Amino acid sequence: MRKNSLRLVAALAAVALIATGCSSSSKSENTDTQFEIFTWWASGGEAAGLQGMIDVYKKENPNTEFINAAVAGGAGVNAKAVLASRLEANNPPDSFQAHAGMELDGYVRTGKLEDLTFLYQEEGWDKVFPADLIKTLTVDGKIYSVPVNIHRANVLWWNPAAAQKAGITAAPKTLDEFFAALDKFKKSGIDGIALAGKGDWAIAHLLDWVLLATLGADKFEGLYKGTTSWTGPEVAEGIKNFQKILSYGNKGAANLDWPDAGKLVTSGKAGFFIMGDWASAQWQSDGLKLGTDYTWAPAPMKDGNVAVYQWLSDSFTLPVGAPHRNGAIAWLKVCGSKDGQDAFNPKKGSISVRTDSDLGLYDDYLKAVAAQWKTDRLVGSTVHGVNGNNALMAAYNSAVGKYFSGGAKDNAGLAKGLQAAYDAGKA
Amino acid sequence: MSKTAVAKKEKLTKRRPINSALGGFWFVFPSILAIVFFVYGMIAWTFNMSLTNKNSVSVRELKYVGLKNYSDLIKDENFTHALTNLLKFTIVFILGALISGFIMSLLLEKGIKGEGFFRSFYLYPMAISFIAMGTVFNWLLNSATGKDAGGVNLLLQKAGLGFLQNTWYASPTGSMYAMAIPAIWQVAGYVLALFLAGFRGIPDEMREAARVDGASEWKIYRYVLFPQLTPTLLTVLIILGHMSMKVFDLIVGINGKGYVTQTVAVYMWQVTFDNYDFAKGTAIALVLLIMVAFLVLPYLRYVNKHEAYR
Repeated sequence: MRKNSLRLVAALAAVALIATGCSSSSKSENTDTQFEIFTWWASGGEAAGLQGMIDVYKKENPNTEFINAAVAGGAGVNAKAVLASRLEANNPPDSFQAHAGMELDGYVRTGKLEDLTFLYQEEGWDKVFPADLIKTLTVDGKIYSVPVNIHRANVLWWNPAAAQKAGITAAPKTLDEFFAALDKFKKSGIDGIALAGKGDWAIAHLLDWVLLATLGADKFEGLYKGTTSWTGPEVAEGIKNFQKILSYGNKGAANLDWPDAGKLVTSGKAGFFIMGDWASAQWQSDGLKLGTDYTWAPAPMKDGNVAVYQWLSDSFTLPVGAPHRNGAIAWLKVCGSKDGQDAFNPKKGSISVRTDSDLGLYDDYLKAVAAQWKTDRLVGSTVHGVNGNNALMAAYNSAVGKYFSGGAKDNAGLAKGLQAAYDAGKA
Repeated sequence: MSKTAVAKKEKLTKRRPINSALGGFWFVFPSILAIVFFVYGMIAWTFNMSLTNKNSVSVRELKYVGLKNYSDLIKDENFTHALTNLLKFTIVFILGALISGFIMSLLLEKGIKGEGFFRSFYLYPMAISFIAMGTVFNWLLNSATGKDAGGVNLLLQKAGLGFLQNTWYASPTGSMYAMAIPAIWQVAGYVLALFLAGFRGIPDEMREAARVDGASEWKIYRYVLFPQLTPTLLTVLIILGHMSMKVFDLIVGINGKGYVTQTVAVYMWQVTFDNYDFAKGTAIALVLLIMVAFLVLPYLRYVNKHEAYR
């Protein structure tokens, strides 16, 4: 039986190879002389990674001029506005960047995006992308975007020297152990956790994990399917945990962006940090070393079941009416390909979506999470567009900002605010 | 010169007045067109959008829903929060800038040594963009106190004024007052320049006449100079008022789109471009426009009336 399934996998891989082979013959179909993508990767590792992918594209499509319409601004704060106006005016770019998941929901519902399921079948992505991911990406049996990278949102970071000083010997696996460790940090004279309040989203990012850790993966996903109540006792317990964690935070958090808060941790002034793994990429570019200046573990979970991978992903799409559709399809093929993803991700500091990526190209942290990506239970991130659309995210951030700036007192108000955010996302 | 040439010239000179009467209009016509289209046309378009159901990108069929977006705004707690924030900011900002600018102009008004230097010195902050200043004040107004203090709090601590430390714009009640500080710092010099110009517009003979009549220095200011400054005061109020109503870059520069310091313009951006709720966003834009119009229109009427006498 096992042998058979192995054989099947081999056969499928062969088919996939043939399929990619075919696609290289269908490359001649790309007769477009121009092609424009729209991203917000304008600087640093992101831009370098994008350039890597563009190089792959240019090699395969030498006759197409590549236009990179990047609009600077983290997480697309400015780009989204420009993109919205272009789509509104029915003047779409040939492909644009968006977080994979529900963030695209509005565009899908209005028919602004083309169904890309055929590409998944042609290129064999439905086999090499994890099944949990395909399930999340599928809307009514169709897939509308090609993810190029995976970030992990629920990562616990700390400074090994500070932990040693505080007497913390092992990474906490449950929330109880987490609180015990926070106490130890506090006793050693530093803040238990680093918080970044500027613009609200990093605090919302923390809450997203606390809810996941308190409720467990299934109940957490239920929040966004309508099967778990936002105003029920589980969320109330989660908010209570959130409140307790915030009480260990650094003073002056309201002014800090996440890199500032991260520095508190790497410099040993604060204990833990809950942040996505772009933190690692940032620290490495600052010249810090994994293992000595900072280290990590999967963030604590309910019952110590830490094999839960909260992910987010950037993806590319094919808008209906794209002026250079063939050029765009060639681009999407690069996005999903092993070459393209392995050119992009090591520079961006994220892992490949594919389970067959060349791990030799990645650093130690990314190698470790890439292994978890294949085996862990996958759960989407709320604050980064997987579980809810833009309206939900904005209202979620506002509710958390209101709670945090109000001194983290009004637990019932926060639950109500989150419920309202969920409703806003459905409207 | 031949006869025909003279006749020709007369003809030309005769035609000229007709040309210039209409010509004037044709010269300003392009800008009239541009303003009609880009200002008033866009206002009409915005108003039209605010009456529809375009509340997300997933709306397929545009329908007119009357004033629903406006009535929703009244019920929207985030909007009232933004409005309250704006009100707090406006009051402190206008009063602060007005008083500090006026006092500075009083000090310079007598024509002290190095007046030119001080004038540019105080006016200089105005040359900095709000967004650059926002970044700087984000650091200066760090909310940490005690041993973690930084920025202004650290300064206060070092100066032995530690009891004055506070959380600035991170405070849930005082955030907007803290936001007004950099704004006041920036425009006080501008207010100074306006008032100084106002003072200079008053002929010296009036002071001399008052002195001859035996008026004390205070009385000269109170009854002779201040009343003459009323038009300047009005101008200053209007300029500060509309600046304050539209404040956006300063807030975003300091605290991003954070809830605690959201003003109407910031909330409008969030609703429109983060939520893609175009109908509600345009409704907020129009409310903002009406608020500013209420401020500016009486001023325009006043100016028109007085300009006519001149």
